[in-house]
Amino acid sequence: MAEVAIQASGLNRWFGEGEARTHAVKDVSFDAYLGEMFYIEGPSGSGKTTLLSMISGILRPSSGTVAVEGKDIWRLSPDELADFRLNRIGFVFQDYHLFPRLTTLENAAIPLIMKKVAWDEAMEEARQYLDVVGLKDRAELPPVKLSGGEQQRVAIARAIAGRPDVLIFDEPTASLDGDTGRRIVEFVKANVLTDRRCILLVTHDSRIFEYADRIMKMEDGMVKGIERGRGDAN
Amino acid sequence: MRGILRIAYKLMVNDRGKFAALLVGITFAVFLMISMTAMFAGILSKASSTVINVGARVWVMDPAVNTVASSIPMPDYVLDAVRSTNGVRYAVPLYSGAALVKLRSGTYQAVTVLGLDDSSLWGRPDLLEGRVEDLYAENAFAVVRDSEFPKLENPRIGTEFELNDHRAVITGIADVAVSGLFGIPTLYTTYNRAVQYIPNARYTVSFVLVEPKSEADIPEIKRNVRALGYQALTSEEFKEKIATFYKYQTGLGTNVLLMTVISFIVGLSISGQTFYTFILENLDKFGALKAIGAKGSVLVAMILFQATFTALTGYGLGIGLAALTIFVAKLRLPSYAATVVYSNLGLAFVMVVVIAAISSVIGIRKVIRIEPFEIFRG
Repeated sequence: MAEVAIQASGLNRWFGEGEARTHAVKDVSFDAYLGEMFYIEGPSGSGKTTLLSMISGILRPSSGTVAVEGKDIWRLSPDELADFRLNRIGFVFQDYHLFPRLTTLENAAIPLIMKKVAWDEAMEEARQYLDVVGLKDRAELPPVKLSGGEQQRVAIARAIAGRPDVLIFDEPTASLDGDTGRRIVEFVKANVLTDRRCILLVTHDSRIFEYADRIMKMEDGMVKGIERGRGDAN
Repeated sequence: MRGILRIAYKLMVNDRGKFAALLVGITFAVFLMISMTAMFAGILSKASSTVINVGARVWVMDPAVNTVASSIPMPDYVLDAVRSTNGVRYAVPLYSGAALVKLRSGTYQAVTVLGLDDSSLWGRPDLLEGRVEDLYAENAFAVVRDSEFPKLENPRIGTEFELNDHRAVITGIADVAVSGLFGIPTLYTTYNRAVQYIPNARYTVSFVLVEPKSEADIPEIKRNVRALGYQALTSEEFKEKIATFYKYQTGLGTNVLLMTVISFIVGLSISGQTFYTFILENLDKFGALKAIGAKGSVLVAMILFQATFTALTGYGLGIGLAALTIFVAKLRLPSYAATVVYSNLGLAFVMVVVIAAISSVIGIRKVIRIEPFEIFRG
């Protein structure tokens, strides 16, 4: 059995007050393991993004705990939590959120620069990650000159540049056509997932289910079940 | 931190349109502020030209006098009383008045006449042409070669004209540190000739110029002069009094202050709004940085750096532009009154810092409030 990367227990999250009070995530518990590609799947409004935010230390749960490699992240101070995200979590946002005024290389190097790695060293290292995602020759271009798939790969390079244990993908194929989306996820599975890394991927794109090790289905804020995917490594 | 500031720098500078708009806003504001205040400083300097040029350390005058041009004649006994005051090394009279000159062409020109003590000629200007002692010659006058000099049809040594229907002869061409404010030429002559040529009321002493034995004697001289019902001011105090008069009793200061405030508001509006737009456009990126692990202090440092860098660059450009404009204007208009002094630069700097601070606060409030969760929600 692989080591537990993320342990979510009894997570609840309410939004709003009075009559507008909404129970977005209802008593969600699950474990995700290192070396695993773990999908969170469900229709819009099912609470996937809220759950992902709580797991990644961005949104404080109303109740419940999140332990990353045994450590309860919501007991950390705000600064410790920021350090935790910087050092342990890698994000690939749905809209990429790349800086259009920086080069592709500088975008990929941002986590390293935030970790106070010297500029030249950070660029050198980021170049290696761009090489991993096959964009070494696009290093000096601004992201706006790249295709959607290429921008997605820059976002992946940026996410892995921080050498995180947990990689979080939010709807990675939402802005891509079917083929590109599949290629990206296939690439991630083959090149980014390692024995010491867990990938959490939120999606409702069934075309990429084939790459999941496990798929947690959500509906109305609740877990409807966890299934083994076709890419099950465990 | 240097790496993240470099990122902040690139984010700002690479957004050329916004960066240019920010620079234009601040540069323009600084340019206007410096130009306005420099012009005012120049006017104040010119308003005190006689005080600067004559160079006496202590000036005795009627307390109601606000400027050299508006002197109130004092009786001769004031001069005698001042001379007999403890701590006075010597004291001389100065006459300051206006006269009308009829030039050789037949046209009339108003002039300022300064009458220097006959025995010492204390307060005399440096002569570019002619000899000092020639001022004792019959009908002798020295003319100041400044921007108003051509109005007397560029006189030379020996040039004759009529001054209040008296014959006058130029015996010297003088140079002074600062030319006058009112755009009229200045003539120097002896005190007695001045009062003889220019119709006067009962009293003729415009000012008593005093050389104290030491700095320590000045307070006592002031006390004794006050006891006479008059006022003794050091040259600095007199210049300050003149400046105060122009600032607060002529409307000039209020107008310049208003223009400076308007410049500040224009700069603040352009820069503040552009910076705010810049922050808004990059808000999701700042949110992404926050999600990735940037602490609030890092984001604040980035915004402060961007605002400070832009403000200081705009400040430098504004000063450069103002200095260039003043330089060019002085080449074309020799009497253009504008002097950039440290207080102008200081005032503009303070205003730029305020612009940067307000712009930063607006941006920081927005960025600090952004929830990284919003980034996930798109």
